[in-house]
Amino acid sequence: MQLNFNQLWRYQDEFLHGIQMTLTLTLIATVFGLAIGLAGASLSRSRFAPVRIAIATYVELIRNTPALIQIFLIFFVLPYAGLRFPPFYAAAVALSIYMGAYAVEIFRSGLASIPKSQIEAGQCLGLSKFQVFRHVILPPALRNIYPSLTSQIILVLLGSSLASQVSAEELFHTAAFVESRTFRSFEVYAVVCAIYFVMVLSLRLLFSGFERIAFRWPTRR
Amino acid sequence: MREFGIFDVLTMLWAVQWTAALVVIALIFGAPLGLLLAQMRTSSNKVLNLIALCILQIVQGVPLLAMLMFFYFGMPMFLGVQMPALVSVGVVFSIFAAAFLGEIWRGGIQAVHTAQSEAAACLGLTKWQGFRYVVAPQAFKIALPATVGFLVQLIKNTSLASVVGFVELARAGQLASAATFQPLMSYACVAAIYFAICFPLTHWSRSLENKLNGAR
Repeated sequence: MQLNFNQLWRYQDEFLHGIQMTLTLTLIATVFGLAIGLAGASLSRSRFAPVRIAIATYVELIRNTPALIQIFLIFFVLPYAGLRFPPFYAAAVALSIYMGAYAVEIFRSGLASIPKSQIEAGQCLGLSKFQVFRHVILPPALRNIYPSLTSQIILVLLGSSLASQVSAEELFHTAAFVESRTFRSFEVYAVVCAIYFVMVLSLRLLFSGFERIAFRWPTRR
Repeated sequence: MREFGIFDVLTMLWAVQWTAALVVIALIFGAPLGLLLAQMRTSSNKVLNLIALCILQIVQGVPLLAMLMFFYFGMPMFLGVQMPALVSVGVVFSIFAAAFLGEIWRGGIQAVHTAQSEAAACLGLTKWQGFRYVVAPQAFKIALPATVGFLVQLIKNTSLASVVGFVELARAGQLASAATFQPLMSYACVAAIYFAICFPLTHWSRSLENKLNGAR
């Protein structure tokens, strides 16, 4: 078979739009997911058992079911709750909830990675509760969880392709559209794979660059 | 139109065997490939190392869905042959499993101290014997929790095969949803079945990890 990538050039704008929507979806899911994660991780240390159980149930439910099914469920549940969202927002909600569950786990492991003795040392120096959190717990905890957090964000970027299954407009949806127009399945999916790969690679470079700037202080191991 | 009933649930449970089949295929072909990748990544040969790194980066940098579509729709068109769904889907999941298992096992192998393989070499064991009898058993123990954890990921991700029409658990849910117009019931049921399969594995993975951390 002859390869023909030329036909795809006509759909440049569609592809660019798709890329933009995919990045938007990833950004929304990351921001809300991290917020859920932070809230969930602090609540999971609550004194009230029902709160702890609720958080644990949420995390386990999301982590042990496929993201695809979650997107379908959210897409069909929202109208029952009287919320008529376009598919894109339904997908954004689903991906945020998905990211949130993993973020809770990651933040919790970060908090758990700080030895109690360090917190006590901070208290002995007369630091307030907030100061202890801000200066003693947060910096090393962030550094510890940074690798897993960033790879989770990349997983969300890749997972946002699932949003196409509820016909939310993003890059993968564009791919299906262009394929149905041109019947150039091989070229279309090769190009889309390449675009995703470039996005992931640039994001990884960005993250590792930031890591080098933000976590420069030396550690003793 | 009919009501969502026990029949639909039974159909879904029946479809679990195809989910299981995909997982088994992915492990049968993916595990040896993963071991090979792990060996390449830990070898001192720079070229082999680079090849393995490229494969890993590509597989982990492309959505599984895109890979599925590429192999299901794109490849047959390119090669001019029609492949059964099971073959193209099986190939994709094998590659996926190989890449992730390769990375997990590389971590396990590297966590075993180099002094161990040096000691094996001093005892006159060949390179293979050193790996087989000294490094591998220790690496296996270290990598087991993450491997079980990946198994959960693999089971969840086989749901993507539904997108190309492969009838496994997720697809059975879609069919039930289309037949009964009760998507909520159908997908909740599918989610419950996935949960029933994955949760024990997650639990097992966690207890293995705790045991490992306790042993250190």
